[in-house]
Amino acid sequence: MRHHTSEVGFIVKGRRQRRRRWLIVTSLLIVLLFILCCAMLLLGNTIYPVEVIIRSLMGEEIAGANFAVNTIRLPRMVTGLFAGFAFGVAGYIFQTMLRNPLANPNILGITSGSSVAAVFCITVLHSSNTVVSIAAIIGGLITVTVMYLLSRSQSFSIGRLIIIGIGMQAMLDAVISYLIIKSSQQDIAGALRWLSGSLNGSKMSDVIPLIIITAILTPIIIAFGKQLSMLELGDQMAMSLGVSIDKTRVILIVSSVFLISIATATTGPIAFVSFLAGPIANRLVAASAQNILPAGLVGANLVLLADLVGQFAFEYRFPVGVITGLLGAPYLIYLLIRMNQKGEL
Amino acid sequence: MIKLKSDSSPLDKNDRHVPKHFSIILLAGFILLIVTVIASLVLGARVVSYQELMDGLSFQNVDSYGANVVQKRISRTVFGLCCGAALAISGVLMQTVTRNPLADPSILGVNTGAALFVVAGISFFQISTAGQYIWLALIGASITAVFVFGIGSMGRGGATPIKLVLAGAATSAALSSLVTAIMIPNLYAMDQFRFWQVGSVGSGSWQSIIIFIPFLIVGIMIAFISAPALNALALGDDVATGLGVRPGLLRAFAIGAGVILCGVTTALAGPIGFIGLLATHSMRLLVGSDLRFLIPLSALAGAIILTFSDVAGRLIGSPGELEVGIITAFIGAPILILLAKKSKVRSL
Repeated sequence: MRHHTSEVGFIVKGRRQRRRRWLIVTSLLIVLLFILCCAMLLLGNTIYPVEVIIRSLMGEEIAGANFAVNTIRLPRMVTGLFAGFAFGVAGYIFQTMLRNPLANPNILGITSGSSVAAVFCITVLHSSNTVVSIAAIIGGLITVTVMYLLSRSQSFSIGRLIIIGIGMQAMLDAVISYLIIKSSQQDIAGALRWLSGSLNGSKMSDVIPLIIITAILTPIIIAFGKQLSMLELGDQMAMSLGVSIDKTRVILIVSSVFLISIATATTGPIAFVSFLAGPIANRLVAASAQNILPAGLVGANLVLLADLVGQFAFEYRFPVGVITGLLGAPYLIYLLIRMNQKGEL
Repeated sequence: MIKLKSDSSPLDKNDRHVPKHFSIILLAGFILLIVTVIASLVLGARVVSYQELMDGLSFQNVDSYGANVVQKRISRTVFGLCCGAALAISGVLMQTVTRNPLADPSILGVNTGAALFVVAGISFFQISTAGQYIWLALIGASITAVFVFGIGSMGRGGATPIKLVLAGAATSAALSSLVTAIMIPNLYAMDQFRFWQVGSVGSGSWQSIIIFIPFLIVGIMIAFISAPALNALALGDDVATGLGVRPGLLRAFAIGAGVILCGVTTALAGPIGFIGLLATHSMRLLVGSDLRFLIPLSALAGAIILTFSDVAGRLIGSPGELEVGIITAFIGAPILILLAKKSKVRSL
């Protein structure tokens, strides 16, 4: 092996370049997110002047604007923002840990597990928001555990895991359909969002658990994300670098399941956001395991953008899940074609 | 010709014996079939009495409510039997041709492709008769099949099960977002077409059965005629060619029949999943993989499973009903998980 000082310099330079690119991309994503948030508050059936919106947000009583901005648009924006962020981060963690872009909570059936628990609480038990959130988290954790037990017995194969996930998803979706059909007519509108995620009818009180969980878990995930990049090197290497592999894995997976479940309990399964955010972030920054924050921001941007498109681009208002589905599905197929050509499957 | 005369084939001389207990299994199957059919006629939101059942079956007292219910259920039951048999045969053919134990019209996304074309036809071209649905569904099913096999067989190693399943799942996800996007603006007008998202045999009428029968017969004929040749193909393309089979043509025929069967079923009943997996794999356990026995038994099993699921759906969903597609997904998906667990990593 040759050890030239110029090579070391090259590596340091490369790292600095990556760091700069990370900063630029992250800032740009934040700016874009801010613009989208403003658009969410600004656009609607009535377009109020910016000044009115700000005054209304500050708590001033303005007839009409108060209701439209504070009660409808603001909760919708906040919900989309946090749910998108949670989906993005959780999806990214799964994809990075399993080293496969196809391995995301959607395809592995975890979202469906959370949905089943949430729909059961809403339609059968008529529970409060907090109970629904807790149930969704428990549902997600149970699904992960079952997946783990089912795929454990033989030598691990990502293909087997994904097929088991597809099967689990089919079963859980059947249960969701059953619960929706059995629920009373007035619950149907609310229950339908469990088929494709939607921000319609978001309430500020519903978002609070999501905000709290996201605020607590994101720093934890980012802190452990450093070790994630060592896990990427392979178990042996990570162990020799002093990473406690099992602990890191469990913490990251459980945190991700919390995020994905709580977001699912709030908005329903918004298709493909958790799948798209990671690869887009990797493409924008450069694939490394430090893209947790960019992935979350991409997720939030995607949800808000898709919701704006769904609300205003067509004659009819589409729920956000349909738009992300239309965006994400072709990318999934493209990714599959590329993986097949490279022989990665 | 792809046809192999079964009595002149050297393959058959070696392998002429009928699987153990074949006649017992067949007999048990028919008894189970009769029980299921009677259950399907009697059970539901309203359980009919013996007298009403007899009236309905013999077309007497048709004005009475019970007899009327029975008569409605007759067409529904016959329709369910046809759908089950068609989906099972379609599953056998697809599994054999792709040498993929996981192949099933629903897993490969073919059902969703058929559903998308029909939904698009209904919303954009105001198509409204079952006769027109069928052709759209067939086109949709064929295009999807070609697309999925195309993606699945790219790259090294050809169409491995995992590649095919993933290609199918991805395509299915893509197409069902399109179905939802097309349906949502028309949600109220298309309330009666909700079964396009979850398959149901509730709409089965004599009219749809009459449309179904010719396709079913053609599909079954092709399946039976090509069974011995497909058996030879299972030994490898070289052996099959030596036995006078043309592998490419045979595959095209068999896949064509599979697509026709599941496309027509989807056109009339909506996407019903996992019947191909359930019926085929349970029967393969009993009689092995000789297609001359596997195809008829799978058809029988498919008919029983689908009708049974329909009855279960009516009972569980009472006073309404739970669409049969939901039930088959719930009982069929574990088979997929089991198959994934059992198969060796290499073969995935």
